[in-house]
Amino acid sequence: MKFTLSWLHQHLDTDASLTAIVEGLTRIGLEVEGVTDPGAALAPFRVARVLTAERHPQADKLQVLSVDAGDGPMQVVCGAPNARAGLVGVFGAPGTYVPGADITLKVAAIRGVESNGMMCSARELQIGEGHDGIIELPGDAPVGDSYADYAGLTDPVIDVSITPNRQDCMGVRGIARDLAAAGLGTLKPLADAYPDAVIPAATSVIPAQAGIQTRDGSEGAATSASPDSRLRGNDAVEPVEGQGPGPEVRTETPGCPAFYAQGITGVANGEAPEWMRRRLTAIGQKPISALVDITNYVMIDLGRPLHVYDRAKLTGPLVARAATAGEQVLALNGKTYTLTVGMTVIADAVAVHDIGGIMGGEHSGVSDGTTDVIVECAYFEPEAIARTGQALALTSDARQRFERGVDPAFLDAGLAVATRLILALCGGTASGITRAGEPPLATRTIAYDPDLAETLGGLAVAPERQREILTSLGFAVGDDWRVTPPTWRRDIDGPADLVEEVIRIEGIDKVAPVPLPRIPGVARPTATAEQKLERRVRRAAAARGLDEAVTWSFVSEAQAAPFDGGAFTLANPISEELKVMRPSLLAGLLAATERNLRRGAGSVRLFEIGRRYLEDGERPTLGLILAGDRRARGWQGGKAAGYDAFDAKAEALALLAAAGAPVDNLQVMGEAGDAFHPGQSGTLRLGPKTVLARFGMLHPALLKAFDLDGAVAAVELYLDALPAKRGATGFMRLAYAPPALQPVRRDFAFLVPAALTADALVRAIRGADKASIVAARVFDVFERDGEKSVAVEAILQPGDKSFTEAELKAVADKVVAAATKLGATLRA
Amino acid sequence: MNDDLDHMRAHMLAAVEAAPGLDALDAVRVDALGKQGRITQLLKTLGGMTPEQRLVEGPRIQGLREAVTTAIATRKAALEDAALNARLAAETLDMTLPVDATPAGTVHPVSQVMDELAEIFADLGFAVATGPEIETDWHNFSALNIPETHPARAMHDTFYLAGVEPGGDERTVKRVLRTHTSPVQIRTMTSQAPPIRIIAPGRTYRSDSDATHTPMFHQVEGLVIDRGITMGHLKWTLETFLKAFFERDDIVLRLRPSYFPFTEPSAEVDVGYTVVKGKRVIGGSGDDTDGGWMEVLGSGMVHPKVIAACGLDPAEWQGFAFGCGIDRLAMLKYGIDDLRAFFDGDIRWLKHYGFASLDVPTLSGGVGVAA
Repeated sequence: MKFTLSWLHQHLDTDASLTAIVEGLTRIGLEVEGVTDPGAALAPFRVARVLTAERHPQADKLQVLSVDAGDGPMQVVCGAPNARAGLVGVFGAPGTYVPGADITLKVAAIRGVESNGMMCSARELQIGEGHDGIIELPGDAPVGDSYADYAGLTDPVIDVSITPNRQDCMGVRGIARDLAAAGLGTLKPLADAYPDAVIPAATSVIPAQAGIQTRDGSEGAATSASPDSRLRGNDAVEPVEGQGPGPEVRTETPGCPAFYAQGITGVANGEAPEWMRRRLTAIGQKPISALVDITNYVMIDLGRPLHVYDRAKLTGPLVARAATAGEQVLALNGKTYTLTVGMTVIADAVAVHDIGGIMGGEHSGVSDGTTDVIVECAYFEPEAIARTGQALALTSDARQRFERGVDPAFLDAGLAVATRLILALCGGTASGITRAGEPPLATRTIAYDPDLAETLGGLAVAPERQREILTSLGFAVGDDWRVTPPTWRRDIDGPADLVEEVIRIEGIDKVAPVPLPRIPGVARPTATAEQKLERRVRRAAAARGLDEAVTWSFVSEAQAAPFDGGAFTLANPISEELKVMRPSLLAGLLAATERNLRRGAGSVRLFEIGRRYLEDGERPTLGLILAGDRRARGWQGGKAAGYDAFDAKAEALALLAAAGAPVDNLQVMGEAGDAFHPGQSGTLRLGPKTVLARFGMLHPALLKAFDLDGAVAAVELYLDALPAKRGATGFMRLAYAPPALQPVRRDFAFLVPAALTADALVRAIRGADKASIVAARVFDVFERDGEKSVAVEAILQPGDKSFTEAELKAVADKVVAAATKLGATLRA
Repeated sequence: MNDDLDHMRAHMLAAVEAAPGLDALDAVRVDALGKQGRITQLLKTLGGMTPEQRLVEGPRIQGLREAVTTAIATRKAALEDAALNARLAAETLDMTLPVDATPAGTVHPVSQVMDELAEIFADLGFAVATGPEIETDWHNFSALNIPETHPARAMHDTFYLAGVEPGGDERTVKRVLRTHTSPVQIRTMTSQAPPIRIIAPGRTYRSDSDATHTPMFHQVEGLVIDRGITMGHLKWTLETFLKAFFERDDIVLRLRPSYFPFTEPSAEVDVGYTVVKGKRVIGGSGDDTDGGWMEVLGSGMVHPKVIAACGLDPAEWQGFAFGCGIDRLAMLKYGIDDLRAFFDGDIRWLKHYGFASLDVPTLSGGVGVAA
């Protein structure tokens, strides 16, 4: 929401400085996003008179001017067709930056003739579109003076961010009202905001009792001269009592509860007056024609959207009705919209002329030749406007205001201002007013306890001061503290809202900090088991030399495909690359790996802890990638070496151990999935079903899809599959005494069938004599002449007394027997 | 006889001293003390002597034996020492050669800051809560007092799931990526009884992508529900949090009235900064020379409608909530400029801005990590 300082002054009688106003706005919740001073860019330009104008000796279209900008004659070469002796215009001296042309002027020879500056067009100064020639000022303009000062272009533009609850501040007058409540001036009567020729001051001095719209007789407004009524009187403008009947309009839909209209005949739709055009231009609205500019001006000035129809283009009465499915309308933005049931339109007997409350139709819009108009001032149901706007993906200044809820008590006044402006600026004769339907004027009354300012808002404010604040904002405060919000504050519906009003005007920054009481009892862990697990695994991974990455939760469809595709696809992704919620963390990490290798990284060790998004839930997961060199070439190790599947297995086991998983009980099984090398990957399972991790080398086809050509090892670890610690025993550990006797080591070497896994052999050996054998470990593997040899050491732990030779032989026999069952034979 | 013994002694000791190596020394030993050695032979002569003679000759011969034995031992130790020294000298290596460095891993700044937040808020009695990132309309919007037609919905730049039919149970049909961590407020209030003190850090999503916005980012939510909680408690909590986070006592907050559908009253919170060497450093009043205000938080008193939507009685329970960008906190505290780099996985960036595994934030050791 933009407005200029002078515009604000039309509504607010204040001697506060711009700085004070800007600070005040932010302090009361109307955050100032920026203040621009268009005069600053124009400061160097001066009013100048062309003394003489002669044809350029070398160019037909150029003239050589002698210009006086207050310092005597200067030679300027000019190409404007209207340049002539006696013209008073705007001059930029050498060194001046010309904003519309984005150049800095310098002394230069133009086709051989020296030029000392430039006479400017409106577009070059960014104050208008005119570029047919240089600016022509009245002959009595003061030569040598600052042009910006002369033209009144030094009006600062204030840009305020209006939160969605404050529709009332989507008009300059609402902002002025808030500032007045905050002690930064006095709100003027509405009529004073317009030139007397438009709205005579007398029209606003209307007693509340005769108000155009009095509110319902609610309890809060019981006092006869309630401040609200007084303010409403302040906001009132006497309607124009026209001649004859009002225009034929009616409403047939709850989407448009009230449709007020007035006809004006015999208008001349020329250019709006300069004060109006200048303000609209200053805030970035392009002036179009008097009638259009008037509706825009009233909308921005008073937060009151209007529409003006060209009467000549209508057939029969104007009706606010529900759209029929498939009905089409060409809107003022040049686009055709297809409507659905539930949307509200304004239509005549032939066609739709307005998407009610959102945008007018092209067909019945006013043009230069328009002579008879109908002015619409309606109330549209906010929720319906929001739904229609969302469905059509159509935003407009009108929609923004209607969907937030315009003041339902301001229809007559809004219509009166519009009609008066049209009559004053375009001439014509007004008809009577037609008031179809009724705006929803029912008001809420809130039982308020002024103690809430302190017990909720944390700021003790004297009740009388609270009453003063609320009253100045237009609230009616009864003696019993029943509070009725003004009709323009649709957002207020409870005591907490009133606390906010009081606190924000009194100064939210005055709230003093109060310590939260300490929670009684001893401090307990505040992190959940899942969070503690993630922390341990994260720091264990970092300690193992892995770098933690955070990658997007969404990947492309192609990246998700090798991981069985994603369960969730975005309807409105930022791009195709960020479209599917990741089914695996490896996709994002592989993309990051590829970027790192492309940037010349020799070794990439990345991990990420985050969620996979599966049909049945969001699963906390750790993904890990090992790529490039495991070891760089070196004077000790010789050639560089890459990662292999056992590196991945080592990481998986180490991290599972850090996570507290029973690593010794895990089984390695196949079926790591299509993403992995079928012969160099596996799963780590706790029991046959619970997969804790997948690890191994990735499938070359997958790597190719990610533009990776070397070998890459990976792990995916499923944090939610880890068993919870069982048997909470507090801090006490089981009693422990180290064995009295040393363990005994026995080595066995077997020739084994090619298909027999080391794990199966070791398990068989461990199980051969569970009482004695406490551990078994492969320490050598080799294959020769088609035979595979595996050497295993078994650790035997004696109990109370040492093993006898006979006992040791018995254990060894059991080991050999167990291995033999698997097809292994003891090597000689 | 006396002269013979003295002569032998001198001769033998000289031979020991002259032995060039262990082998030569052993030959001297055999010659003197071996089974046929000269001293051994002399000792055998004692048996044939008269007691008087033996009394005189015995100690002399024994003395010779001891002297030679000692000399051999001493010489042997010296020779072994020399041999060891010679071997060690031969084993000399170039100690300036490089070693294979164990790669040092890193913890991402977002994770580090989340751990810092958990630590700071643990001290204030706040537990850490989590919730789903793929959310229902009800948890992300409706329960937070943002009905379907509310303009604030449009302002959220929501990501919607494809293929989710309109309608269905608003409370169970997953339809959006959460646009803020605020739905965790709802999930907490509907699942646990007050009093409640939680923070909820996590990933959030908005359809927005430019130099300072990423479609995925991290937020932390704070929620307190109890009896008698006011904006004063909110202000103290935010002040305490920001002071602890930036480890500065001169943190100055500025509250500005604002609007969030789920809080009332609502306030945006600016924190003062000072420009030091061209960088904005949090601390000091924003009104100071070289100072300014930076918006870091949204906050407010939980809206009575939100409390009621969660099945609690707003007349009994009230509280405050706040939300804050974690990525931004990390950038401000650790001087990181580029938000987009957070999610690129560039190991050069990770190694520069990441944290060591042992940099665990603790109250006793400091929640921040000095550069």
